[in-house]
Amino acid sequence: MREITIPIDDETIRSLKAGDTVALTGVMMTGRDAVHKWLMDTFINKTRQPQGDDLEVYEAIKKILDHGVLYHCGPVVSGIETGDYKFVAAGPTTSIREEPYEATVIKHFNIKGVIGKGGMGPNTLKACQETPAVYFHAVGGAASLIAQSVQRVLGVYKLEFGVPEAMWVIEVKAFPVIVTMDSHGNSLHKSVLESSQARYRELIGA
Amino acid sequence: MQPDLTQELLELVRLTATSLPADVEQTIAAARDKEDAGSVARSVLDTILRNVQMAREHSTPICQDTGTPIFYVDIPAGWSIREFRRQIEAAVAEATRRVYLRPNAVNSLTGKNTGNNLGDEYFPTVHFHEVDGDTVTVRLMLKGGGSENVSTQYKLPDTRLHAGRDLEGVYKVVMDAVYQAQGKGCAPGFLGVGIGGDRGSSFYAAKEALWRTLDEPNPDPELDALERRITEDANKLGIGPMGLGGKTTVMATRIKAIHRLPACYFVSIAYMCWAYRRHTMIYRNGQVEYK
Ligand code: SF4
Repeated sequence: MREITIPIDDETIRSLKAGDTVALTGVMMTGRDAVHKWLMDTFINKTRQPQGDDLEVYEAIKKILDHGVLYHCGPVVSGIETGDYKFVAAGPTTSIREEPYEATVIKHFNIKGVIGKGGMGPNTLKACQETPAVYFHAVGGAASLIAQSVQRVLGVYKLEFGVPEAMWVIEVKAFPVIVTMDSHGNSLHKSVLESSQARYRELIGA
Repeated sequence: MQPDLTQELLELVRLTATSLPADVEQTIAAARDKEDAGSVARSVLDTILRNVQMAREHSTPICQDTGTPIFYVDIPAGWSIREFRRQIEAAVAEATRRVYLRPNAVNSLTGKNTGNNLGDEYFPTVHFHEVDGDTVTVRLMLKGGGSENVSTQYKLPDTRLHAGRDLEGVYKVVMDAVYQAQGKGCAPGFLGVGIGGDRGSSFYAAKEALWRTLDEPNPDPELDALERRITEDANKLGIGPMGLGGKTTVMATRIKAIHRLPACYFVSIAYMCWAYRRHTMIYRNGQVEYK
């Protein structure tokens, strides 16, 4: 198990290979469907005018995401009423839903790592090679365990998106992940898909 | 007078969200032992088992996606269904406040999350059945969104898969569903399969099939053999835990066949992730028991 601290430099990213197990430490941000849509519409495609605190939030998250890590996670959080937030459960959500946006988002913010589950497609893999960046796989549903590695909740943006959809800024220690898409064009998801396809064809005689 | 069971229902929700049933946990542990030492598959299953234990100890959700709450209530004659639903809703809202559940009810048109897991009459889902006697049985399943997204339905015959209207055809489409799902529904999973019905009742049967415990064989020997064959062959695909490769892709298959229209032959696959959360509460003579 390799220990890596966030922010992550390019050299470290290049040294990671699909199949490596990693423990991440540092500050990262959660973001899933609503966040990707909001970012794309407001700041990348600019089909929507910034409203309310949009610009302020954008400036703040730029700093977190530069050489940083974006986590596809819809957490369960306690202390919503008091503001004394605590992550109760914090496993990954399915990443492929963000495939139409992720390559652009990675490059726009210079993100070094995306954490999620299920892997992502060819556009993201290409962005991982170019940026460079990697895709980290967390164990889907290992929510209680991962919540234990969240040391502190530093803040939250756009809570109006709902608890699972908001951007939570968290400090993690030894967050367990597996590199499944590296910056050299390797994807464990792709190789498992290919070998399973061969066996599937044999079995159903297609 | 009908008693107020809100507190008892709250405990059912807590138990289901935070404690994996024993048969499920044992099945995952057995799968872990079969994976090679030092493999990614074994490390994933170890993480899952440690997580399950931690969730139980801390009374925190096993998975952050606490899913769609699906209740099946067997209710004696004379009890008010409306009143019972109100109690279920109160328990669900309170469970959300205590963060046993994540707020999961989103308005499909506005995108707004209600914040308390109460949506319309479909959320939470409650199925009522009137029964003889005076025992109330409430079953609760929490069905995660990732696993729901890879659930799917086929219409036989399926020309692409050369799947006809027979059990061989059923085998082919279920294998296709597992292959298409890869690790995305949080493999290793469990398959609930509904054969027949209309599109709606077919899925209902598929989910109902997931209530049979893992040590119980299918009462129909032919379906039992098909269940075993699907599980065994699915594991030959090598998709593995989380789709990262390994020997365990499907831990069990559960099939339920129901009547169909002459014109239709649906096969519905309710993919259930490893976080197979289901518990039962039995209320009799003022006493409550959980299973
Ligand atoms: S599919 Fe199941 S284990 Fe995976 S995130 Fe959803 S509820 Fe959790």
